[in-house]
Amino acid sequence: MGRKLLIHNDKVPNIHTLEVYRAHGGYASVEKALKNMTPDQVTDEVKKSGLRGRGGAGFPTGLKWSFLAKPEGVPRYLVCNADESEPGTFKDRYLMEVIPHALIEGMITSSYALGAKASYIYIRGEYFYVARIVEAAIKEAYAAGWLGKNILGTDFSHDCYVQVGGGAYICGEETALLESLEGKRGNPRIKPPFPAVAGLWGCPTVVNNVETIAAVCPIVMMGGEEYAKIGIGKSTGTKLISASGHINKPGVYEIELGIPVEEFIYSEEYCGGIRNGKKMKAVVAGGSSVPILPTELILKTAKGEPRLMTYESLGDGGFQTGTMLGSGGFIVMDEDTSIVKNLFTFTRFYHHESCGQCSPCREGTGWMEKILKKFLNGTANESDVELLWDIQSKIEGKTICPLGEAAAWPVAAAIRHFKHEFLEIARNKKFVDVSHYNRLNKVTA
Amino acid sequence: MKVTIDGVEIDVPKGTTILQAARMIGPSVAPPAMCYYTKLKTSGGYCRTCIVKVTKGSTANPNPMPKPVASCRTEVMDGMEVQNFTSPEIVEARKGVVEFLLINHPLDCPVCDQAGECKLQDLGYENGSAKTRYEFKRREFEGIDIGDKIKLHMTRCILCYRCVKTAEQITEKRLHGVVHRGDASEISTYIEQVIDNDFSGNVIDVCPVGALTDRTFRFKQRVWFTKPVDAHRNCDKCCGKTRVWLKGEEVVRVTARKDMWDEVEEFICNSCRYDHKKKSDWVIEGPSHISRASVISQGHYEHLNELKVEAMKHQKALGFMDIDKRP
Repeated sequence: MGRKLLIHNDKVPNIHTLEVYRAHGGYASVEKALKNMTPDQVTDEVKKSGLRGRGGAGFPTGLKWSFLAKPEGVPRYLVCNADESEPGTFKDRYLMEVIPHALIEGMITSSYALGAKASYIYIRGEYFYVARIVEAAIKEAYAAGWLGKNILGTDFSHDCYVQVGGGAYICGEETALLESLEGKRGNPRIKPPFPAVAGLWGCPTVVNNVETIAAVCPIVMMGGEEYAKIGIGKSTGTKLISASGHINKPGVYEIELGIPVEEFIYSEEYCGGIRNGKKMKAVVAGGSSVPILPTELILKTAKGEPRLMTYESLGDGGFQTGTMLGSGGFIVMDEDTSIVKNLFTFTRFYHHESCGQCSPCREGTGWMEKILKKFLNGTANESDVELLWDIQSKIEGKTICPLGEAAAWPVAAAIRHFKHEFLEIARNKKFVDVSHYNRLNKVTA
Repeated sequence: MKVTIDGVEIDVPKGTTILQAARMIGPSVAPPAMCYYTKLKTSGGYCRTCIVKVTKGSTANPNPMPKPVASCRTEVMDGMEVQNFTSPEIVEARKGVVEFLLINHPLDCPVCDQAGECKLQDLGYENGSAKTRYEFKRREFEGIDIGDKIKLHMTRCILCYRCVKTAEQITEKRLHGVVHRGDASEISTYIEQVIDNDFSGNVIDVCPVGALTDRTFRFKQRVWFTKPVDAHRNCDKCCGKTRVWLKGEEVVRVTARKDMWDEVEEFICNSCRYDHKKKSDWVIEGPSHISRASVISQGHYEHLNELKVEAMKHQKALGFMDIDKRP
């Protein structure tokens, strides 16, 4: 049984209320930080903990915080990125829905460390009901004096606001999120300047994922060094994984970083193996944009070592034989899954969500979708595989924001590891989908 | 600050972008730019044609940048080394960008008013391939009249945002922007409202393609049959310095003067642009300088006399009869 730090109380009835949350040790980190620690001490603990951004990029949080410019007389902001839109990722929703106070507690403690007088929680549009839950929790926190003026009698005052987005994937990119928060069209900004220097309304801003902010509370409580003992190497602490796909027990699991991937998929504690006794075909380990890996590569690295759930181990071998931990959207596919169809679904998503600012992403994503549609229609040629490869290589790394890469990587990986599936369709001029979902539809239709 | 671009070193002031530094060196190293416009703040970064490879970040931090960067929005650092045309990777990437810009662009140059002074034509000629690999239906939009003077063809638009920035920064009221997203993005005035401003006509000049054209000039003349001359008049709204395009004695259109990078020198008002279409309205200074590479210069109107003298010199040397005295 792995240690749980974030959602250990998730089964407690009414844990979403302040009363129950407090009774289970909630807001202790605020008390500890505000009364016994200086802001720099909190930042130091986060640095020592080795906590890495849980939104996908895995950038060390303490380092990000230390980049925050602190000019005199200019307000600083903390923005919580709750625009969780990556297909396959739903951990933040679960956390906010079940234990909203964990996020608010983290917001207060983090803001104290950063010296932010105001913070914003940007929740994606589709999560409007989650926004209501968080808003209700904020109201409770204000009433109990955890937010507002002079928290706990100290001279630290803090206001926390909820902003609901319009439901655009691109607004999960931190600069697009800031634009959207300012009331503008959610287009990513051209960097530099980075948000740590000029973010929200031109002021220094830190943008962190929900899980990252929530993880600050246990770090403050147990100390950075103790937190760093969990996990392996530079992947410290616990991570929420959204497991979905053809597994027996889909859901949100909190794991200690460093458990083997095989254990995560097959153990009864977590995913419980592949459903209907099927064999596993492929896994997308960190949300739809990370490279897909076939069974033999997800269970073992190219060197033959067992693959672990860490940033480093999943990334082992680069993109040739590896992938990324990303946001922890763990999608498992069984042997009946068509990789081509799955890729089409992903690419259609990125085409739909491209903001349209820069040309490679605006035009390239649509082009890739149209070619993949040809595969599904059975009209594709063998040369289309090479064309697809060429297009993705011309999008990757040429765009303003990482959406271009997010669209290019799945295409590259699918062709790299499952080229035969594309070629088979092209040669037979026929696409046959044998997936369980498809058969199910035929029976009921 | 010293920066080396394609092996050529130049000293530039702080805050200069790589593109500006490259332009200081000259066209041999300057990357093409479709969306960047010196006169418009915050322009650039969208089209990605000006991408370059930074092989050395600076003297202080000599690491190369991991990805190609948009030269129009990246400021130089002391000791920076940049590869543009010397990097095969960049040349290939740019080819890709040009292909992306062209897949949804109609190849209707024969009926497009911009033909001959279109940046995308030049770009495609320099960096594109002769064949398209795109086999699907291109994006289509209905043409929109923005007032009685400007025509918008979204089909031809490459979404460079220059007109949006112009409307934002030069005209007083912003009535125009981008709606929708991704490849369904559209330049729009929302309900096709007239851009009712004295400087609205400048959006035509900044448009690199034929998306925004002058309705008073549409289908009148191919640009290479007209003769651009620099002219001026006393104008109380703008500088009054314009380029007047003549066909015989007739003024077919008036535009702002453009520099060697195809950017306007000074924005002009609508009154100069639309209302003064008589030769007598203007004081003509002389032929405009048009690049030798441009199809417009094929009329040889600019150096006609010099060319004639040159030709006669050669003919005399060869022992031919004087051109003017030929029977």
